[in-house]
Amino acid sequence: MGAGPKPASSFLQRLKGGDEVAYLITCIAASTILALTALIVFELYHNSAASRGKFGFAFLFSSTWDPVNDQYGALPFIYGTVVTSAVALLIGIPLGVGAAIFLAEMAPPKVSEALTFMIELLAAVPSVIFGLLGIFVLVPILKWLEPAIRAVLGWTPLFSGPFYGVSLFAAGVVMSVMIIPFIISISREVILAVPNDQREAALALGATRWESTWDVVLPNAFRGIMGSVFLALARALGETMAVTMVVGNDPKIKASLFAPGYSIAAVIANEFTEATGEMYTSALIELGLVLFALTVVINGGARLLVAAGERNKT
Amino acid sequence: MKRTLQILLPFLALAGAAMAQDILINGAGATFPYPMYSKWFDEYHKKNPHMQFNYQSIGSGGGIKQVTEGTVDFGATDGPMNDTQLKDFEAKHMSGILHFPTVMGADVPVYNLAGVTAQLNFTGDALAGIFLGKITKWNDPEIAKANPGVTLPASDIIVVHRSDGSGTTFIWVDYLSKVSKEWETKVGKGTSVNWPVGLGGKGNEGVSGTVKQTPNSIGYVELIFARQNKMQFGKVKNSAGVFVEGSLAGVTAAAAGAVKEIPDDFRVSITNAPGKDVYPISSFTWLLVPEKIADAKKKAAIKDFLSWMLGPGQAMTAALDYAPLPKAVVAKETKAIAKIN
Repeated sequence: MGAGPKPASSFLQRLKGGDEVAYLITCIAASTILALTALIVFELYHNSAASRGKFGFAFLFSSTWDPVNDQYGALPFIYGTVVTSAVALLIGIPLGVGAAIFLAEMAPPKVSEALTFMIELLAAVPSVIFGLLGIFVLVPILKWLEPAIRAVLGWTPLFSGPFYGVSLFAAGVVMSVMIIPFIISISREVILAVPNDQREAALALGATRWESTWDVVLPNAFRGIMGSVFLALARALGETMAVTMVVGNDPKIKASLFAPGYSIAAVIANEFTEATGEMYTSALIELGLVLFALTVVINGGARLLVAAGERNKT
Repeated sequence: MKRTLQILLPFLALAGAAMAQDILINGAGATFPYPMYSKWFDEYHKKNPHMQFNYQSIGSGGGIKQVTEGTVDFGATDGPMNDTQLKDFEAKHMSGILHFPTVMGADVPVYNLAGVTAQLNFTGDALAGIFLGKITKWNDPEIAKANPGVTLPASDIIVVHRSDGSGTTFIWVDYLSKVSKEWETKVGKGTSVNWPVGLGGKGNEGVSGTVKQTPNSIGYVELIFARQNKMQFGKVKNSAGVFVEGSLAGVTAAAAGAVKEIPDDFRVSITNAPGKDVYPISSFTWLLVPEKIADAKKKAAIKDFLSWMLGPGQAMTAALDYAPLPKAVVAKETKAIAKIN
């Protein structure tokens, strides 16, 4: 805007052409998003003053959550949020990207269209439905699978201790099902967007179909695929309903994925409505702020990693 | 245009007149009595078409907050307001707030124990011990001695509690605080507490679902929820030493048993009340009405509704599985209505 004085006639001309108007409108749209985000952060910061004042940074490292005695700490919730999201991504990325490659590169177009439609339907299922499926279908299946999982991975601390069904592991698996549609749908689009010239060039050089996909198409689509993963991660970090129904809701930190846990979004949804007293609500709002910061840190970190990886390649 | 106006005008006038007479009263709070309240407000509206009650079941905590802020005309809660909350209200409004018990509820222990079909008996010590994580096996002597003739397995007990803040939890831990000193000092009472052990399920359905799917587990749910879903639940030993099954009669008996101890402000917990028919894990749920209501029409409407709720309203409770108030409490409340001015 501050590009210096311009001749009035030129401004009018450009106004007529619609450029200035379009600029203004799109700029307003973009700044609205920025303003909204800033407002959310401000509200969270402002309303958590009591809790921030009382606990300071110890809030992040304490693992006591005791509404009766007004003692609050966020660590078990941060731990649960990170662990469930990590499990979801570990399962979701290979499955999602694999499916996207198949749909974009290998499957006959008709099959691809039909499957893509179904995947988009999956993305529209409300999360409470996933939660119920989690309790009544997935948890019994996981219990049935438990001996097999233990036989293979039981030697690691990750799969030790008693298994009640509801657990960090179950939450991660349910969440992976929820994020896979995002990964598939976006990854498929970006893979399809890679110019055909690239494939043809690779094939012309004697590459097999798979070599052209793996060595030429995927590196081209890498940024887009990572974009889909970031979106999936953001959804996983903030997922509430499905998680609270299968995670066990126990704010304790245990190394085993079979143990129950808790997540930030889940505790806010569970306790906010009945929270009385200034400190209690304030602590819950501060948890919201922590979740926001966590999302920024994890997403920012992942983006930096990707950028560094790309620099190394060239 | 003129024609349209001619047709519309009488209607507009009518609407205006109706609006002038209609009284809309807003309330918010507890979810547990919501089905009862919506039935009452609906029936009352049928009898008094110009009076409309609007109730949002946002939770007890929200109810207390909103009535203190003055954004609603009345609140509703499953746990009485504490002294700090009362002081907050007085500081804001220069007058007090009244508690009116409306109906009663109770919590029952539900369990899933393979091979045991008999209805189990629980003492207060056993329940407190289990939820404190001190009694860890089903064949613990404290459970076994209350259940002669039942073969209890030696398996680990898995505790299930509510994960969401709730009046149901408040009643449960209020009872545990009364029967166990250790619970009172270590955990205390509230709509959410720092549970020593156990898994959290969201809502009554979350707890019952987890109990159903987890062998050797025990949890607690609202009596109405257990009855409507035909779940088996345990008997609990009352202060007279009798094992009583949760029932509407047992809950009403709890209020009757505690009636002598009910203070004039009705802020009282009736868990573990005296009497041999008493079901010990029972509680009132309250309406919160400001002592001073500036709007004369609203004041008259609220007072009239309260008297109606204590009269014909109480007859509608059983159909919805709520326990009605005992006569002595109704009489005491009827007197308290006069305090609203």
